[in-house]
Amino acid sequence: MDLIWDGVREAVQLLIRGDAAVYDAAMRSLWISSLAVLLAAVTALPCGMLLGRCRFRGRRALLLLCRIGMSFPTVFVGLVCFALFSRRGPLGDLQWLYTPWVIVCGEFLLAFPIIASLSQGAIRSLDPRVGETAWTLGAGLGRRLMTYVSEARVGIMLAILTAFSRCITELGIAMMVGGNLSGRTRTLATATALETGQGDFGRGVAMSLILLVVAAIVTLMIITLSREDEDTEW
Amino acid sequence: MAEYWLIGLSFLLLVGCSDANSSAPSVLRLAVTTSTRDSGVLDQIIPEFERRHQARVDVIAVGTGAALKLGMTGDVDAVLVHSREAEKEFVQAGHGSRREDVMYNAFVLLGPSQDLASIRGLDPIQAFQQIAKHEAPFLSRGDESGTHIRELQLWTDGGGRPEWDGYQQSGQGMGASLIMADEMQAYLLCDQGTFLKLEDRVDLEVLVAGADILRNPYGVLVVDPDRHESVNETLAEMFVDYLVSDETQAIIRDYRVNGEPLFFPRQRMKTVDE
Repeated sequence: MDLIWDGVREAVQLLIRGDAAVYDAAMRSLWISSLAVLLAAVTALPCGMLLGRCRFRGRRALLLLCRIGMSFPTVFVGLVCFALFSRRGPLGDLQWLYTPWVIVCGEFLLAFPIIASLSQGAIRSLDPRVGETAWTLGAGLGRRLMTYVSEARVGIMLAILTAFSRCITELGIAMMVGGNLSGRTRTLATATALETGQGDFGRGVAMSLILLVVAAIVTLMIITLSREDEDTEW
Repeated sequence: MAEYWLIGLSFLLLVGCSDANSSAPSVLRLAVTTSTRDSGVLDQIIPEFERRHQARVDVIAVGTGAALKLGMTGDVDAVLVHSREAEKEFVQAGHGSRREDVMYNAFVLLGPSQDLASIRGLDPIQAFQQIAKHEAPFLSRGDESGTHIRELQLWTDGGGRPEWDGYQQSGQGMGASLIMADEMQAYLLCDQGTFLKLEDRVDLEVLVAGADILRNPYGVLVVDPDRHESVNETLAEMFVDYLVSDETQAIIRDYRVNGEPLFFPRQRMKTVDE
C-alpha cells in the first residue's frame, strides 16, 4: 500500500511542479484520443443510425461485426496498423509509423465499433413514433436524423464516453505503432509502462493517477456539455 | 504479406507476456532483463534445473532497473542482469548476499547498409560522434537499461552527446527497439543476442563490433534473505551454483543462434578481464 501513497504524493508533486514530461505526455494523450474519437463519432454515428433505423441486406452481419469490434484487443489493432504502416507495408510510403497519426488511426479503429454499436442500441430503443412525428411535422430526412440524435443523446454521449475512455487509457497501439518516442509519441499510458519497467514504481503510479484524473475531467466535461435539461440521467 | 505478419507477431511476443508468480511450494522467482529472456538461453538451462530440484522457476522479464528493484523489495529470490556497476552497488547496499559472473556477450552497433554516417569498422566512440556529426537517425533505448547505460557511457567517453533531431528515445525493450530502428532505418546499439535472433527480419547490419568497450558481462545476484523472509535462499543458492557449474557453462558455451555462439562462459571472462 505504501507504493500507492508514494504514488499519490508523487503525482501531486508532479502536477504542482508542472513537470514538463508529464504535461507533454498528458497533452499528447488528450489530443490524440480526442481527435480519434471525434473522427470516429463523425463516421460511426451515421452508421449507428443506419443500423438502428433502416432495414437492408447485410445489416445483421454488419451489426455483428460492430459488436465483435467492441472487444478488439488493442494489440490486435496495433498489429494491423503495424502491418499497414510498416516500411514494407501497403501504406509504408506515408511514413506514419512512429508518429502520432498512426496512433490516431489505431484508436479510430478502436472507437468506431464502440460508437456505432452503442449508438445503434440507443437509437433502436427510441419510440418509432419519434421519427413519424417529426415527419408529420414536415421534417426532411436530415431533420429527422437530428431528431433521433437529440432524443437518444444520453445513449450517444455514453457511446462517445466509452470510446474515449477506451482510447485514452489504451496502451497496446500507442506502444506498438507509436513507439513511445520521447517527446514525440509518448503518451501517459506508455510513459507509465516505461516508468514501471525502469523500476520507478512511484512515478508509474503517479503517471497512471494523472491519466485517471485527465480521463475523469474529460468525462465530466462531456457530461456537463450534453446536459441541456436537468432531468438528463447519467 | 506473410512477412509483415511475422514481424508483427514477433513484435507481439517481444512486447507481451511476463509471468506472474504464485505460491506453490518450491518456486524460484527470478528477475531477468528482457534481452536475457529474448536470447532464449534460459530455455536451455532452466528446464534441467527444474527437473533436478523438483522446483519451478518463474522468470519475470523486466528492465534492469525494475529487476534490481524487485530484488530490493524481496519480490524475487534472484536477479540476473548485465549492469556490473549496479550489481556491485546492489551487494554493497546489502540487498544481495552473493554475486557471481555468469557469462558475457557483446553489444554491436547496427545501422542501415547505406551507412550514411560512414561508421563501418570505426572504433565505437568515434562511430558515435560521427553519427552525431552527420545528424543521422539514432535510436536510443532511453530506459536506463544495461544497454542504455552503455550507450550513455560511449557518448560520455567521446566528449558528450550533441542534441540533434534524429536522436530519439524509444523507452522500450531491446527486441521492440530493434524492430523500430529497422523501420526508421536508424543506428542502434544492440545486444548481439537480440540481433542474432531477429537478424533475418530486419534490414540492419553490424557496422561496429568487437571492441573491448562493447563487452557485456552478465551477473547473477542472490537476494539477501535476512532482509526479506519470503526469499527462498536455498533454492536461489542452488540456482546460482547450477549456473556457474561446468555443465551449465558448457551449455552456455555451446548455445547457438543462427549458427553463431551467443554467450561466452565465465571462465573466458576472467582471462579477458585480467
